[in-house]
Amino acid sequence: MSAVMITRKVRKWEKLPGKNTFCCDGRVMMARQKGVFYLTMFLIIGTCSLFFAFECPYLAVHLSPAIPVFAAVLFLFVMAMLLRTSFSDPGVLPRALPDEATFIEMEIEAANGNVPPGQRAPPRIRNVQINSQIVKLKYCYTCKIFRPPRASHCSICDNCVDRFDHHCPWVGNCVGKRNYRYFYMFTLSLSLLTIYIFTFNIVHVAMRSVVSGFLNTLKDTPGTVVELLVCFFTLWSVVGLTGFHTYLISLNQTTNEDIKGSWSGKNRIQNPYSHKNIIKNCCEVLCGPTYPSVLDRRGLMQEDLAALAALPSTNSDTVSQTTRPVLCLQKTTAPLIPNEHTPDEAKSIADSAAEKSSSPKEEQPPSAKLPPLASPETDAEASIAKDKPH
Amino acid sequence: MAETHSLQDMRQQATVASKVFIQRDYTQGTMCQFQTKLPADLEARIDKQQFEETVRTLNNLYAEAEKIGSQSFIEGCLACLTAYAVFLCMETHYEKVLKKIAKFIQEQNDKIYAPRGLLLTDPIERGLRVIEVTIFEDRSLTR
Repeated sequence: MSAVMITRKVRKWEKLPGKNTFCCDGRVMMARQKGVFYLTMFLIIGTCSLFFAFECPYLAVHLSPAIPVFAAVLFLFVMAMLLRTSFSDPGVLPRALPDEATFIEMEIEAANGNVPPGQRAPPRIRNVQINSQIVKLKYCYTCKIFRPPRASHCSICDNCVDRFDHHCPWVGNCVGKRNYRYFYMFTLSLSLLTIYIFTFNIVHVAMRSVVSGFLNTLKDTPGTVVELLVCFFTLWSVVGLTGFHTYLISLNQTTNEDIKGSWSGKNRIQNPYSHKNIIKNCCEVLCGPTYPSVLDRRGLMQEDLAALAALPSTNSDTVSQTTRPVLCLQKTTAPLIPNEHTPDEAKSIADSAAEKSSSPKEEQPPSAKLPPLASPETDAEASIAKDKPH
Repeated sequence: MAETHSLQDMRQQATVASKVFIQRDYTQGTMCQFQTKLPADLEARIDKQQFEETVRTLNNLYAEAEKIGSQSFIEGCLACLTAYAVFLCMETHYEKVLKKIAKFIQEQNDKIYAPRGLLLTDPIERGLRVIEVTIFEDRSLTR
């Protein structure tokens, strides 16, 4: 009863479901739409180049050489934080393998009992008590898991992300448990950089205008005008965003929870994750442990290219272990479930599953080609659309 | 015949009868903790005390990994000052504890679970969502 399978070794990231792109053989993980991220890079690098080209020579001589040095340090820090946020795994939860998915399905059916025909099955929800508050865990039809508390499914990346904050097109990635602090450091340092460049632009224009006159100054250093424009518009948005996230961190909330109003309002429960102390909340979010990625992107696995003989090739065997020997000859009695490696298959499974129950299909992929801007309005619309059937 | 099954032999010869999944315990928040209750399917195979002891030790190890104390604070500050470049050469505290956990699970499998026809899968391979316990067919019954 054995089968001979032709297999080849592939890295696990090549077979991961979800709409992410991977670079550097799985070391870099980003969303599919990267256009706005390139714009962010262009704006930061462009503006800083103009600053170093036009302002710094004058200011280094007439004021202090420390000015360009500090600007360079700040610029490098901003770029490091941006790349760290964009390239790291935000905290993606791997999808349930067929065995686990069946097990959960059986548990749900046992819990629901016999549903009379014609009636919809109750929504798949698990109640857990956290810090004496009842929190509802929702079932994700795409990933086939009950989402841990604070996790949410990102429809753009088609992944469940732990402690999901929001999907940021400016960094080209989701912001979740693993990269939230880098995102916050990025917005904070970018605010400082913008304020710094803006201030020294004005100082430079003021100093030069005293000598040569205002219009001549602008003619001599045209870069200044561009920088002032970019900095002016960036200031309002980035400083505002930094302030907003500082507020969220002090309350230990995510953008997602804030927009949905999970912990506000009279009839809603209080935030069970907050320590009710600003310092403690900040410590937990910013100084907590650095969580490892649970998505083994660079592990090796066997990919079945061809299977000869009667045994069905079950990919569930091949994805189970990394360092332990992979079994091609093991016969499993676990029931076969369509492998959800492709998002399309997953969607069709989700469709049929959604028809059976009254829960809304939450993972609607965006039909618009442009990435939705990570503004609270668009996120609120999306969340209202999601919450309507409730 | 007295046999000591090694893990490799076990998996190559035995048939998987079923799998049980130990779920996460969220009562203390989002910390990684697993439920210590012995599932019904395993009652015949393993002692309740033994199983609870294994899960409790795992929970303690995960709590140690996620502890917010002076060490995580110093590690975080140092990392931030070097723009997180220090992690290219240094292992994080969490990763060190994960290695400890992997060794612990291997030990438990070799000593306790394999002789009973069970296999614990490291939760990190399931996204820290579940502890997968594979129940192999009890071949001693068929002999």
